[in-house]
Amino acid sequence: MKTVDIVIIGGGPAGLAAALSARKAGIKNLLIIERDDELGGILNQCIHNGFGLHTFHEELTGPEYAGRFIDQVKEAGIPYLLNTMVLVISRPGAADGVRHIITATNRTDGLFQIGARAVILAMGCRERPRGALNVPGYRPAGIFSAGTAQRLVNVEGYMPGHEVVILGSGDIGLIMARRMTLEGAKVKVVAELMPYSGGLKRNIVQCLDDFGIPLKLSHTVVNIEGKERVQAVTIAQVGADRRPIPGTEERYTCDTLLLSVGLIPENELSRAAGIEINGVTNGPVVNESLETSEEGVFACGNVLHVHDLVDNVSEEASRAGTNAARFVARASGKTTPPGAPETRTGAGEIKAQTETGEIQIRTGNGVRYTVPSFVNPERLDGNLIIRFRVGAIYKDSSVVVRLGGERLRALKKKIIAPGEMEQVIITKDELLQHENADSIEISIEENSAAQAAQSR
Amino acid sequence: MEERTLTCIGCPMGCQVSVQMDAGKILSVTGNTCPRGDAYAREEVTAPARTVTSTIPVTGGGRKVRIPCKTASDVPKQKIFEVMAQIHKAGAKAPVRRGDVLIRNVAGTGVDVIATGDVL
Amino acid sequence: MMYDVVIIGAGVSGAAIARELSRYDCNVCVLEKEEDVCCGTSKANSAIVHAGYDCKPGSMMAKMNVRGNAMMEQLSRDLDFPFRRNGSLVLCVDEEQLPDLKRLYEQGIQDGVPGLQLLDHDAALAMEPNLSDNVVAALYAPSAGIVCPFLMNIAMAENAFENGVDFRFNTEVEALRRSENGRWHIRTNNGEYLARCVVNAAGVYADIFHNMVSAAKLHITPRRGDYLLLDHETEGFVQHTIFQQPGKFGKGVLVAPTIHGNTLVGPTAIDVPDRENTATTQEGLDQVISRSQISVKNLPLRKVITSFAGLRAHEDGHDFVLGPVEDAPDFYDCAGIESPGLSSAPAIGEYIGGMVAGRFCFGAKKAWKSTRKGIISPKNLPFKERNELIRRNPAYGQIICRCENITEGEIIDAIRRPLGACSLDGVKRRVRAGMGRCQGGFCSPRVMDILSRELGLPMEKITKSGGRSNIVLDIQRGEGQ
Repeated sequence: MKTVDIVIIGGGPAGLAAALSARKAGIKNLLIIERDDELGGILNQCIHNGFGLHTFHEELTGPEYAGRFIDQVKEAGIPYLLNTMVLVISRPGAADGVRHIITATNRTDGLFQIGARAVILAMGCRERPRGALNVPGYRPAGIFSAGTAQRLVNVEGYMPGHEVVILGSGDIGLIMARRMTLEGAKVKVVAELMPYSGGLKRNIVQCLDDFGIPLKLSHTVVNIEGKERVQAVTIAQVGADRRPIPGTEERYTCDTLLLSVGLIPENELSRAAGIEINGVTNGPVVNESLETSEEGVFACGNVLHVHDLVDNVSEEASRAGTNAARFVARASGKTTPPGAPETRTGAGEIKAQTETGEIQIRTGNGVRYTVPSFVNPERLDGNLIIRFRVGAIYKDSSVVVRLGGERLRALKKKIIAPGEMEQVIITKDELLQHENADSIEISIEENSAAQAAQSR
Repeated sequence: MEERTLTCIGCPMGCQVSVQMDAGKILSVTGNTCPRGDAYAREEVTAPARTVTSTIPVTGGGRKVRIPCKTASDVPKQKIFEVMAQIHKAGAKAPVRRGDVLIRNVAGTGVDVIATGDVL
Repeated sequence: MMYDVVIIGAGVSGAAIARELSRYDCNVCVLEKEEDVCCGTSKANSAIVHAGYDCKPGSMMAKMNVRGNAMMEQLSRDLDFPFRRNGSLVLCVDEEQLPDLKRLYEQGIQDGVPGLQLLDHDAALAMEPNLSDNVVAALYAPSAGIVCPFLMNIAMAENAFENGVDFRFNTEVEALRRSENGRWHIRTNNGEYLARCVVNAAGVYADIFHNMVSAAKLHITPRRGDYLLLDHETEGFVQHTIFQQPGKFGKGVLVAPTIHGNTLVGPTAIDVPDRENTATTQEGLDQVISRSQISVKNLPLRKVITSFAGLRAHEDGHDFVLGPVEDAPDFYDCAGIESPGLSSAPAIGEYIGGMVAGRFCFGAKKAWKSTRKGIISPKNLPFKERNELIRRNPAYGQIICRCENITEGEIIDAIRRPLGACSLDGVKRRVRAGMGRCQGGFCSPRVMDILSRELGLPMEKITKSGGRSNIVLDIQRGEGQ
C-alpha cells in the first residue's frame, strides 16, 4: 500500500490552498484526490467576477481564482488524482504513524487504498434539494437547483429554460438570475422565505436591481404546475411562522423553477468515519487547529461550514494545511510504539476533558455557531480566528467577546446579517493573560444595551 | 437638493452610501467606510459600469465545449446587452489560455473580452 | 401485427402477467403509454409486501396477497431484485380499539397468515424503541416484507422480454373492438394491434378499457397518497413496517424502512378526479407528518429528501377484479389493483397468466429462462472482485452519483440492457443515480450526458420521464455550435 504524509480530499479552493500551505510547511509527500475531471471545484462553473479581493487584491472570476491556485499547485509539483472518488476513511491504527487508510476508486487504478499520516477534509458542500423543503405540487422536468443550472449553462452550454422563477435568494440563485437574463431568459421573480436575503448585498444590486428583477421577501412557492415540464409556479406571502398566508397567492407562468435554498456541507465520509458533526453547521466539530474529533483529520472550507467568500475558504484552508503539516512533523518525531496506549488530542476528546486546558467557545445571544468550538491556547500558533454567523439581522449592534465571563471587547457593527459570515480575532496574549478562563463567549448586543453595560 | 441611496458593490460589505446631489452635481458622499465606496457612488450616479462575464463556444477542446470569458474591465451598464449580443456571435478554437483576447473592443467600448479559463 | 395476447400496461401487474405468459409458446405484446415500465401506481407506493391479515377472508385480495407473499422470496432470487422479510407491526394506541386488533389477528389466522403474534406495550417497544409511548398493543406479522418496487417490476418485464415478449412504449390504447372473426382490434396512437386475447392491466385507467367492452361497468377512483422519504442516514429508525390501526383518524399512515435503507412515511388517501394528478399538496404532506406522530416519536423530519404522491386504483367494490369479462370474450380484467397489489403481483401474474394459457391451450416453451441477473452493483462486491470488475470495464471505477455511489458502468448497463432506460427517471429507478440526498443535483447533467451518448440523442432530446419532459430546452447561441 502506498503511503503519504497528507491526503487532501477535494481539489477545490479549500483543497488547493491546504495542499499549498502544507507543502510550504515542508511536507513533500502529499496527494490531492479530486472526484471531478479537473481541479478547481465549483469555482470552474462560477464564471462571474467578485472573487479574490482579499487574497489577490483584485477582482477575479471563479475560473481565474482557481487557475491561480492550480498554477501554483502544478508549479510546486504537488501530485493529484482526478476523477477519483474517496469511498471510505478508515482508521486501522497508528503503525508507522499511518493513522488512516483512504479507500478510493477511479478508472485506471480500480479500487485502491492509500495510507495517510494526516487527512484534510475539503469536500465542499452541496445544495439543498426541493424535497428537503416539501414544496407541494407535481414533480416535472424544469426544476433545478441553482448550481445544477449554473453547470448546465456555464460548463455544458445548455439553457435550462426560457421563463424562470427562482425560490431562495442565496448567492447562487442571484447570480443565476443575472446569468439566465444575459442569456435571453426572462426571470420573473425571486421569492425568499425569510424577511431578508441570504445573499450578499452586492449580488442583489448587480444581479436583480440592474435587471429590474423583483425580490419578494417573506414569500415561498406553494404550488408547481405541469405534469411533464413546469408550466406555472404559485408563490404566496408567509407569516411570521413562515407558513403561507391564504389569499396572497400569485401565479407565474414559467417553464423553469430554480432553487437556491441553502447549502449543506458534504460530510458523508466524515460521518462514516465516526467524526463528530456540529448539528448547526453540519460540518465537523473542530478545535483551533481545525482538527476534527478524529486525531490527524483536519477540515476546511465548505465541508467545515458554508462560506460566502472564497478568500475566507483559502485562508482557512491554509491554516488547516499548516496545522496538518505540524501534526505530521510532531507525530513522526515521536512515533507511538505499537501496542502502546494512544494519547488523543482531537476536538472530541477536548470536549470530554475540559480540565486539560482547553477553552470552550460558546454561542451567546444571536450567534448560531462558531468555528472552531474549542481552543487550546498552548497549541495556538498566532491569533485565534473565530468565525460565526448570526440568526437574524442586527442593526447598530455590537459583537461582544467574553473571556471567562469577563467582557474582553465589543465591536460595533452597522449591520450583521445571517447571510454574511463574521469573525473576531483574539490574540494569543489575550488568551494567555486570562489563563483561568474556561470559556469564550460570542454574543450580539444592541448598541444601546452595550453602551449601558459599558457605563455600568 | 436630492439624495440617492446606493448599496456599494465595491466589496462584499455592501455599505449603504448616500449621495447628495444638486442639479446633477455631486455635493457629498456619506455612509461609505472606505475610499472605494466614495468612488463607486460617484461613478454609479454619473456613469455606472459593470464587468460582463459569460462563455463562448470553443472547438477542439475535447469534452470542454465552452470557454469562460469576461470584459477585461468594466463597461458602461447600458452596454451590457450589446456586449452580450457580440459574445453570442463569437467562437474560439483551442488552445485558449487565461487572458487571451477573444473579442477586441467589444461593442465599441474600447474594452476587450478575454478568456478567464484554459481550454488546451 | 397479430398477437396471441396483448397486455395493456407495463406496471407490476402487467409485467407479472407478461412474465407468466412468457413460459408458453405464444406471442405476447405489452402496450405501455409511458416511455418505460413502472411509470404509474407501481412507481409510487409503500414498497411493502403485506402479510395479508387485513384482507377480507375469501376475497381475491386475501388469496392473492397470501400467495404473492409466499412466492416473493423465490421470485426475488430468480429475478435478482431486493426483497427482505422485515416483519410488520400494527399499532393499537387506544384501549377501546383492542378488540379490533384481536379481530385483525383472528382474520389473519383465517387468511392463512403465518406467525402472527399479539404484543403488549413493553414487547412492542422492546422491538421498536422509537414507537410512541401511547402504544397499547401491536399485532406482529413476521412474514411482512419490503421490496424495491421498481426493480421488481423491471426484473419481471426484462425476464418476459428475454423470453420473447414484445414491449411497445409510448403507445397509448385509444379504442378496443372485437371483430366478427373473434379478433381484438386495439387502436393506439402508434397504429393498430390485433390479438386473440386482451389483458387489461391498466391501473387507474382499467375501468375505462373495461367499460369500452362490457355493459357491466366498473368504476375506479384514483386515490392519491402523499409520501415523505427520509435520507438513508435514518436507517434503523424503525426496523419493521409500522402500520396504524384503522380508527378515528382514518386508515392511518405507515412508517417503514425501505429496502435501500431510507425511511418512508405515508400515504394519505385523498380521492382525486384526475387520473394523472400526482401533485402533492401542503395539506397532504402536513397530514402525513401529523399522523406519523401517532406511531413514532422523534421522527427526524430534517432528513426528508423528497416528497411524492402516487395514485391507487380504488374500485368501488374494494377487491381485485381478476379474470374473464363475461360479456367480452377473451378479454381479461386485472383491475382495482390497489394495496396489496404489489404484494399480490406474482400471484396475479400466475393466476391471470395461467387462466389465459389454459383457455388457449398454449404449450410450454422449451427454452424458457426462469432467471434474470440484475445490474452489477460494485459497492456490494468484495474488494478484489470490484477491482477485477473495474479492470475489465473501467466505467465501473467512475463514480457518477456521489450520494449513492453509482458508477458509470452501472448507468451504461441500465441503458444498454434489455428494455433499458431511456430517461433520467428510468436510470434512477434502475440504479438509484439521483435517488440520494442531493436528488440528482450533481449527477443529473452527467447522467444526461451518458444517456445522450448511449442513445445517440442530442441533450435537448433527453427527458426526465418521456413525453415532453425535456430537461434542457436549447443550446446557447454562438457560431461554434
